[in-house]
Amino acid sequence: MERDTTRGLGGGQSASAGEDHRSRPGVLVPILLWAVLISVMGLVYIAAGAESSPRNAVPVQTPNIFAPTSTPAFAIRDLSWFVLSICAGIFAVVAGLLAYSVVRFRHRPGEDNREPPQVYGSNQIELAWTVVPVLIVVILFLATARYIFGIEGLQPTPNALQITIVGHQWWWEIRYPDLGIVTANELHVPVHDSSEGAPTFLTLQSADVIHSFWVPQLAGKMDVVPNKTNRVWIDPRTPGLYVGQCAEFCGVQHAGMLLRVTVHPKDEFAAWVAAQRALAADDLAVRGGRELFQATACINCHTVRGTPANGIFGPDLTHLMSRVTLGAGVVSNTPETLRDWINNPDILKPGVLMPAMQLSPAALDRIVAYLLTLR
Amino acid sequence: MDAISDTLDRPPDEVQEQLPRLALLHEWVVTVDHKRLGILYICTGLIFLLIAGVEASLIRFQLIVPENTLLSPQVFNRLFTMHGTTMVFFAGIPILFGFANYLVPLMIGARDLAFPRLNAFGFWLTLFGGLLLYFSYLAGDGLYGAGSAPDVGWFAYAPLTGRAFSRGNSTDYWNLAILVSGIGTIATSINLVATMLCMRCRGMTLGRMPLLVWMMLVVAGLTLVALPPLSAAQIMLLLDRFLGAHFFDTQAGGSAVLWQHFFWFFGHPEVYILAIPAFAFASEIIPVFSRKVIFGYPMMVAATVGIGFVSMGVWAHHMFAVGMGRIPDAFFAASTMLIAVPTGVKIFNWLGTIYGGRIRFATPMLFCTAFLFQFLCAGLTGIMLGVVPFDWQLTDSYFVVAHFHFVLVGAILFNIFAAIYYWFPKATGRMLSERLGRWHFWLLVVGFNLTFVTLHIAGILGMPRRIYTYPADRSWDLLNFVATLGVPLQAAAVLVFVINIIISLRRGQPAGDDPWDAWTLEWTTTSPPPPYNFDTLPAVRSRRPLWDLKHPNDPDWLHE
Repeated sequence: MERDTTRGLGGGQSASAGEDHRSRPGVLVPILLWAVLISVMGLVYIAAGAESSPRNAVPVQTPNIFAPTSTPAFAIRDLSWFVLSICAGIFAVVAGLLAYSVVRFRHRPGEDNREPPQVYGSNQIELAWTVVPVLIVVILFLATARYIFGIEGLQPTPNALQITIVGHQWWWEIRYPDLGIVTANELHVPVHDSSEGAPTFLTLQSADVIHSFWVPQLAGKMDVVPNKTNRVWIDPRTPGLYVGQCAEFCGVQHAGMLLRVTVHPKDEFAAWVAAQRALAADDLAVRGGRELFQATACINCHTVRGTPANGIFGPDLTHLMSRVTLGAGVVSNTPETLRDWINNPDILKPGVLMPAMQLSPAALDRIVAYLLTLR
Repeated sequence: MDAISDTLDRPPDEVQEQLPRLALLHEWVVTVDHKRLGILYICTGLIFLLIAGVEASLIRFQLIVPENTLLSPQVFNRLFTMHGTTMVFFAGIPILFGFANYLVPLMIGARDLAFPRLNAFGFWLTLFGGLLLYFSYLAGDGLYGAGSAPDVGWFAYAPLTGRAFSRGNSTDYWNLAILVSGIGTIATSINLVATMLCMRCRGMTLGRMPLLVWMMLVVAGLTLVALPPLSAAQIMLLLDRFLGAHFFDTQAGGSAVLWQHFFWFFGHPEVYILAIPAFAFASEIIPVFSRKVIFGYPMMVAATVGIGFVSMGVWAHHMFAVGMGRIPDAFFAASTMLIAVPTGVKIFNWLGTIYGGRIRFATPMLFCTAFLFQFLCAGLTGIMLGVVPFDWQLTDSYFVVAHFHFVLVGAILFNIFAAIYYWFPKATGRMLSERLGRWHFWLLVVGFNLTFVTLHIAGILGMPRRIYTYPADRSWDLLNFVATLGVPLQAAAVLVFVINIIISLRRGQPAGDDPWDAWTLEWTTTSPPPPYNFDTLPAVRSRRPLWDLKHPNDPDWLHE
């Protein structure tokens, strides 16, 4: 079958395919309706997330970037609303024009097939739609630069609390050099008292590969890069629990590198510091477990301050039972999960670098009993 | 030569049926014809697209509920690494370079690319690069045990790729496969640039080249500047891994950030290497189906060249969270926002083309229309990511995943489908079914948006990318569930597309030379075109030679 050769060269539409080319009225209506529906659903969901309402009996902890509690996150939220509103304006105008053109200028059944007037361009119009975006971009850039310098420019004051966070595959080492505290995975900071005005500074370092420190309600993320020291600062305003996790792919258990930040009122933080500074408990009742612990390979990687255990490859266990999770947040810290963890951590966290120690059930019981006293 | 002249008198379909299968296969393997190589490129790309699509579906099904145990973390990490690597290097580049291969000589009135044998060399390197990558599933761990694919992510950040953290050979498969295919891509780029600059037909000045050709020129030029740094970095990584060099070995004083600069100096222009061909398809298809000349041709060319230049100065916007410091952050914010201007100009010029037209919504135009809306969204979320403090929250979250899938799927893949529906008749002589085409379009548009609009919100709620599972208490579960619901719709769309191709190849409506009543030179020759493309090489007086032919009273050259 040949194509319809009778159509005149000026006649436009190919007759053979004419049936297929006919536009269907309102093709965009479903798209628009549907986009509105999704947006509404999304906004409702964000609003619900910010409420932290309990669902399925699990307390919900949504690290929503629009529910900030510390100055960098507040600043980013404000800037984000500004940028979002500009972008929403641009979207409304351009998508509106597109939708109008697509609906208004579609070829309707029964219309003749003459070609529309050919418009080759217009210098004025093209200049206009180049200059207006340039102006918008200048405004956005100025706002961006102001916030970059505001957030990145802050230097620590002498009285600021300094914390060093070291990323490991796949856990966080947390050190308070001025307080002599070493812990893991659960960061504790005091609430910010605006009268004193010294934010908490976090120095970020890596022991192996690149990680990224991200607790969205406190600050934007900052990468944790080997051979490089980065810094973020936070000044949380509301006591409570804020969750985050590693945000740069760092190997098998990237997903299992969670972070919990507890913001304490001043006096509560002081009590926590006092408890953490103490040496490990020395309970005579579990002396057998302690000796077994010190006689196995555990101490090659773990430190228990006040004992010969001084390994540095794994989390400090001096106050293990003061932490509410195990394995960088993958399970809650109970006697049962602790036993399972020591027996074979790979089941709870596949790929974890801690080996199964192949302990007999009796030895396992003694070591767990010892560890349970490390409060 | 006798064989060629013998086949000239008959339609190629008939010739093919006469050849025994083995001889036919042999013809395709040894071919240096740009059309056949173009089709080989596109088919290779489409097959890798299917494979990487299956990988993506597995990723989404793992994330459908929190704490899912469908996939182990190792398997999940391999899947997203292979998905990203395959889509960028073995689906995107082959399909888009395949179109360039097929269309450029036809559109500039040439008989073939400048170096036909180099063209074949480039294609086979790309194909074998892809096969090498997938061979890792059999052999990635070498002697250590069962095979495994690379699991370091498609941008393979150091030092995770070092010997200390990536044992076995899976990372070497990633490294060598891309190095090999990269050399093929560089060869094809040289070929395309030479062809476009030296082999245009009589009368086709640079200012009269179809926009697709202009844009492919920018793409090829960009590839020549951006890809060699990646190849260089990969050779450095090879030295690190096999000869104990310390470029990226942080434990011996190497730099992890250096790899990121090298990678993204390639990686961001790469986004435009993939996106500009999609713009090119839109710039050919939208005018034809709006029945209007492209609005502001010189501005479109200028905007494309502008994007090409600026795209080489934005790479570190992938690194705002690395801690580069205030001045680099501000610089790359400025360049990133600047690139929005020529990109915006393009959207406005397409809008200007549609405005006042008489739009025919055949399948190619449907895809291009969705492209316009989705690319607008992608551009706006891109601006948000250029706002550095906002980026500190959004980077490496699902917001970024959603953003770049709006670019790579919502814009680029949609236009690839538009281009396939548009030029399939030229390449095969048969139309694709419009009815199946509409099914394909609507399933894809709904499925795609269901998945990726939703994932923006997951990112805003703090969900990082590349996690194989997530805790149940983060309220990400509903969003992930909805996002996964889009997967079957998209899979169905692709299935309809494959069925459409198979049916139409056999029983499609014959297309004729010029089924869309279009204006560029490829529609003057037969469908499919003969091996030598044109009986006599054409001569042109304007950007739309067929318009001039069809409207002798009002030719384009009066107005340009």
